[in-house]
Amino acid sequence: MDRLKLVLQYFQSNSESISNGICIILSLISVKLYTSFDFNCPCLPQYNKMYALGVMFVPPIILFLLGVLVNRHTGVLMEEWVRPLGKRTKNPAVVKFLLSSMLQRSLLAPMVWILMTLLDGKCFICAFSMNVDPKYFTGIPNSTGIELIKIMAKVPCKEDVIFKNSSFRKAVSRYVRCYSQAIGWSILLFFIFLGAVGRVLKPCFNHATFLQTRYWSNYLDIEQKLFDETCVLHARDFARKCVVQFFESMREDVTVRMPLSSAFRPSTIHNEYEEEEEECLHGITRQDQVDHLLQTWYECKPELDVTRMAYKPKVCITWEDINGKALFSEV
Amino acid sequence: MDKFRMMAQILQSNQESFMNGICGVMALASAQLYTSFEFNCPCIPEYNYSYGISMLVIPPIWFFLLGFVLNNNISILAEEWKRPVGQRRKDPAVIRYMCVSISQRSLIAPAVWISVTLMDGKSFLCAYSMDLDMLEFGKNVSGHGLSQEELLRTLAKIPCKHIYDGQHILSREAATRYICCISQAFGWLFLLIITIAAFLIRAIRPCFTQATFLKTKYWSHYVDTERKMFDETCTEHAKSFAKICIKQYFEGVSGEIQSLHDHSRGDDSDDEDNKPATEEDTLMGVRRQDTMNKVLWDWHTCKPPLSLRKYGDASTEQNGDCSMNANKNQDKNIGDKTELNEGQNGFKCSYVNPGLDIGQSNLDKGYENASFSTEQNGFTNRHSNASTGLNGFMNGGVSSPCNIQRKAWAVYYSKV
Repeated sequence: MDRLKLVLQYFQSNSESISNGICIILSLISVKLYTSFDFNCPCLPQYNKMYALGVMFVPPIILFLLGVLVNRHTGVLMEEWVRPLGKRTKNPAVVKFLLSSMLQRSLLAPMVWILMTLLDGKCFICAFSMNVDPKYFTGIPNSTGIELIKIMAKVPCKEDVIFKNSSFRKAVSRYVRCYSQAIGWSILLFFIFLGAVGRVLKPCFNHATFLQTRYWSNYLDIEQKLFDETCVLHARDFARKCVVQFFESMREDVTVRMPLSSAFRPSTIHNEYEEEEEECLHGITRQDQVDHLLQTWYECKPELDVTRMAYKPKVCITWEDINGKALFSEV
Repeated sequence: MDKFRMMAQILQSNQESFMNGICGVMALASAQLYTSFEFNCPCIPEYNYSYGISMLVIPPIWFFLLGFVLNNNISILAEEWKRPVGQRRKDPAVIRYMCVSISQRSLIAPAVWISVTLMDGKSFLCAYSMDLDMLEFGKNVSGHGLSQEELLRTLAKIPCKHIYDGQHILSREAATRYICCISQAFGWLFLLIITIAAFLIRAIRPCFTQATFLKTKYWSHYVDTERKMFDETCTEHAKSFAKICIKQYFEGVSGEIQSLHDHSRGDDSDDEDNKPATEEDTLMGVRRQDTMNKVLWDWHTCKPPLSLRKYGDASTEQNGDCSMNANKNQDKNIGDKTELNEGQNGFKCSYVNPGLDIGQSNLDKGYENASFSTEQNGFTNRHSNASTGLNGFMNGGVSSPCNIQRKAWAVYYSKV
């Protein structure tokens, strides 16, 4: 019994923290990826914007999908959503709760990437250097039209010979970077504010329902984990017994039948270890039984009612002498 | 015992995470290999393309095959695929599942190599520098006065910084930037495609075939566990076999009978959990070389059915006639119950000695007493022959011929 308690404690305490840990690890991966990525603005008018906006938005999509993939709740959510009704009603609030918690966690790494690109500024400079009006800066080169656009497109690239002697390039870069950082910080502030308001105001609405849905979504997660663990233990015992049975089927003993003596009494000594092993099998000892069990688990989930097992009657023995006085009683 | 049980449970349930760990290590190794590898573009028109593309394609193939080699499950897969049907049906869904899961894990390191190569851009630059379209850079196509061949040769030198001599024709940095930009775009696109594919497979899969998936996952894990159990049991059996064989030999030479029961050191604790199994128990009745050979042979050619007897139930199994590919025997248990009345629970088949007064508590172990086994041997055959030592205790032809004819003898003990 206390084994089970320990196991449950472990699951409960760690289910949320495991998801949070994975979410943080993904964000760190996103930061590392950005710092090790070699940003290479093409400095050509037709490709600048495409490249920069691609670098700003495609990796977040990838990180989001990765976040959804590695989250445990995705599997629980999908299973709960698509399972047949069985003996257990479906609660849409639980599905919504799981979805929202999964989305929140998965959105962290993409936001980190986008904020990093904005605060760093390279993407913005690459994308929008052509949109800057060069009149506001000193040292503009003497060109117009297409040539001017081409020159503005080359601003993100330091090595080009055009800008060797002028501070024009640096001025334009600084200007665009300043815009980019401003947008980055505002977005960050906005999200932090939103998060704070959400957390403060959430208990004001439907707190009781929220407690219920949180409990049941946690329950679904633990139930699935325990089912997998039980299957693993069952497979292990099944395998061991199957192998031992196979060996024993080859045994070449010969035993001789003798008449049963009346002084004989059956031995009921049962090795405790083997009894515990039998418990792991729970009476499921054949392939078709296992198949049926797994099929039913999906198609007809059991009802949420454990009264039967919790209140299993126990046989208690009382020894009485001939006068009816109790000599020994387990009651 | 509880602690060991929990540890075993954690290890078993973490077999997947162990494989994931290996897969992650290979991915890191692949990234590290790329960074430490010195990319050396030949800068010659005929060889640039082959070098560039082979650097992109050949190491991933190598990593993929290495992933197969390092994965333990590949031999399990091959064994399950090739075994004869025996008494156990083959499930193609299980084989497919194992194959898919092995391939998925092996594909990660190649994907890492390809994406790192594309992000870096060197291999694309090497392969495609000659295919540059000068118009992109706004350069006049024919204004440089070079023939087509010479132009190609100049363009081929773009990846090599130190020998490029066409700066007046085309800026090297501009060309490098352009090609790297295309390479990175391809890299991100590749990553996006494989992430979307993985997402569709894993997140959308529960919408289809969830019940079948649970089954195949269980049975593929079972196959793996069973193989491990079998290896462990064989090891233990070999140990006991060897011990008893040697003891027998010594006894045969010395002419004295020693106690078989090594563990009876006066430690008669009732702690049933810690009571070690005797060697005889570990042998499980398999005591001869040819029998052991048959065990090992039949384990592959005729796997037993997935159907367990209840503990203590000495009912007969169906006659497993492998030559008939009997699938139907899997769950029939013909209980020979008429002879077994209430005395039978808790008894296994074991030796019987009519002269022996064995205490009640030893009944289900049977033959723990040394003197008992001697008499047993005396009962059936003269045994002190050292040359027959390998054949175990039961000499003589009483063992039935080689099929798996089940003998379920009821065991009766009597106090005479």
